[in-house]
Amino acid sequence: MAEPAALLHVEGLSKHFGAVTATDNLNLHIAPGELHALIGPNGAGKTTAVAQIAGELRPDSGQIVFAGHTITDWPIQRRVKLGLARSYQITSLFPQFTALDNVALAVQAHQGHSLRAWRNAHRDPRLREPARLWLEKLGLAGRDEIPAAELAHGEQRQLELAMALATNPRLLLLDEPMAGMGSEDSQRLISLLRSLKGDYTILLVEHDMDAVFALADRITVLVYGQAIACDTPQAIRANEQVRTAYLGEQDV
Amino acid sequence: MARKPLIIFLGLAILLLLPIYAAATNDLYLLSLSSRMLIYALAAVSLDLLIGYGGMISLGHAAFFGLGAYVGGILAFHYQEFSLFFGLLPGSNQALIVWPLAVLISALAAAVFGLISLRTSGAYFIMITLALAQMLFFLFTSFSTYGGEDGISLWQRNDFPYLDLDNRYHFYYLCLGLLVGFVGLCQRLVNSRLGMVIRASKQNERRLRALGINPLPYRLVWLTIAGAGAGLAGVLLMNHSHYVSPALLHWTQSGELMVMVILGGLGTLYGPILGAMSLLLLEEWLNQYTEHWQLVLGPLLLLVVLFARRGLYGLLAGRGARDG
Ligand SMILES: Nc1ncnc2c1ncn2[C@@H]1O[C@H](COP(=O)(O)OP(=O)(O)OP(=O)(O)O)[C@@H](O)[C@H]1O
Ligand SMILES: [Mg+2]
Repeated sequence: MAEPAALLHVEGLSKHFGAVTATDNLNLHIAPGELHALIGPNGAGKTTAVAQIAGELRPDSGQIVFAGHTITDWPIQRRVKLGLARSYQITSLFPQFTALDNVALAVQAHQGHSLRAWRNAHRDPRLREPARLWLEKLGLAGRDEIPAAELAHGEQRQLELAMALATNPRLLLLDEPMAGMGSEDSQRLISLLRSLKGDYTILLVEHDMDAVFALADRITVLVYGQAIACDTPQAIRANEQVRTAYLGEQDV
Repeated sequence: MARKPLIIFLGLAILLLLPIYAAATNDLYLLSLSSRMLIYALAAVSLDLLIGYGGMISLGHAAFFGLGAYVGGILAFHYQEFSLFFGLLPGSNQALIVWPLAVLISALAAAVFGLISLRTSGAYFIMITLALAQMLFFLFTSFSTYGGEDGISLWQRNDFPYLDLDNRYHFYYLCLGLLVGFVGLCQRLVNSRLGMVIRASKQNERRLRALGINPLPYRLVWLTIAGAGAGLAGVLLMNHSHYVSPALLHWTQSGELMVMVILGGLGTLYGPILGAMSLLLLEEWLNQYTEHWQLVLGPLLLLVVLFARRGLYGLLAGRGARDG
């Protein structure tokens, strides 16, 4: 089963919350450049899986190998250095900072030198210019100086993604980037993700099936923490077990 | 936004001209009181770095303040007595030796406090900083060599090149210069890369970690800087009052500094200055009428907290109150 060429291997990952098995012997292999979708009903354990890969949650058992390193016990910041980045299902920004400051901090996190205490970070072109480019790329041009808390919900979602991208990751863990977005914003995000495809390896958790089937190279279906299928979009669409467990309700 | 430069300009002008007014009216007490305000302002600004910018709610800041004062006091004590500290080091009355040493030792103490307390947050952090400071307080009350609870009385202020610190005008302007310098330094700090990490850690620590930054070492550096600022204020206060006692390290002193910060404006650099001045003035004024002046302070503070998010300075400066 193990594909040595994969960028991310998740092997036998399990996580319990009391009696709830949120992750149940999960295996996941993502090849470089692949866009891998992780779908499943509410409470299936998608966010929990992402949190374990990102390093926010410690798995009960199993192992995570990323870019050739076994990172299961690594703290978050070490994983980030190796090229992991995540975005949150529930928007998580620095609300008092401007949009530009939010992204500039992400750029700074990637560059380091955070002990510098003298130069004005707001006037540092090494932070501002890349940050501005990311804002533009995500359709937030002209919103630079607006505090994140005052942005519209859709804009906050885009900012969330801009921050993840600004750390220059090799693997992006996107937890429902389209949650709560209007259809216009969603469409734009889909085309953005399509343009990122290939340059980045992406694990995409998403409820929007149009987006998933439009973007994914492969799809893993999670039910009660267990991967019941992992295949191409066409095969998943045709899979009986998946249809009854999940897709049936959604009328695909 | 344009109100802010005006307030700062006016404030600085008043502080610069105050000694002239004091000379004209021969009000030497005013000058002495104002020097004390500047010193407390410095300590309050350093505390706001922690609370307002870093979200580190320390109830032990007086420890660094008092420690700075004690470094000055102990060195002056040995200088006066021609004795040796621990039988090893002579005392000193040279400001250029004593003050940097006070700053350094306060900073070191802050670093040690940080190593112990920064792994916790919220109420635990408050309690640990409080406990550490109280330990230091009891330590100093038990030093009988240095007067125990009574502290140390000093004959004169430190020697400073080209200045006579016992001259109230000289001392006032030196305090003003140091305060301006410290605020300028803080202005740079809060806008630097380090400052951005610290401010981000207050707003959303989880996200900061997800970006790959563990805030712990940065907080430690920040706390050390704030401790250094408080230490400088402490050694200035020791010079100002010719006196050091453990009361300076007591948690009520930490509380008073915190009141200054909140009253003046959390998360601003000029607010704590305003807060320190208002509180000391208020204390002075109300003291003439009643010794229960804190009865008035309570409701006042409540009003500020309820109606002025950025304190008195926020009321004056409006929406752009946040400095940096
Ligand atoms: N910190 C926690 N403590 C206890 N139980 C938790 C915790 N986090 C998640 N769970 C439980 O684990 C299960 C999986 O939750 P998770 O959030 O991973 O699901 P999800 O697939 O992301 O759902 P959604 O589509 O609603 O986002 C749920 O039953 C949830 O209640
Ligand atoms: Mg989820």
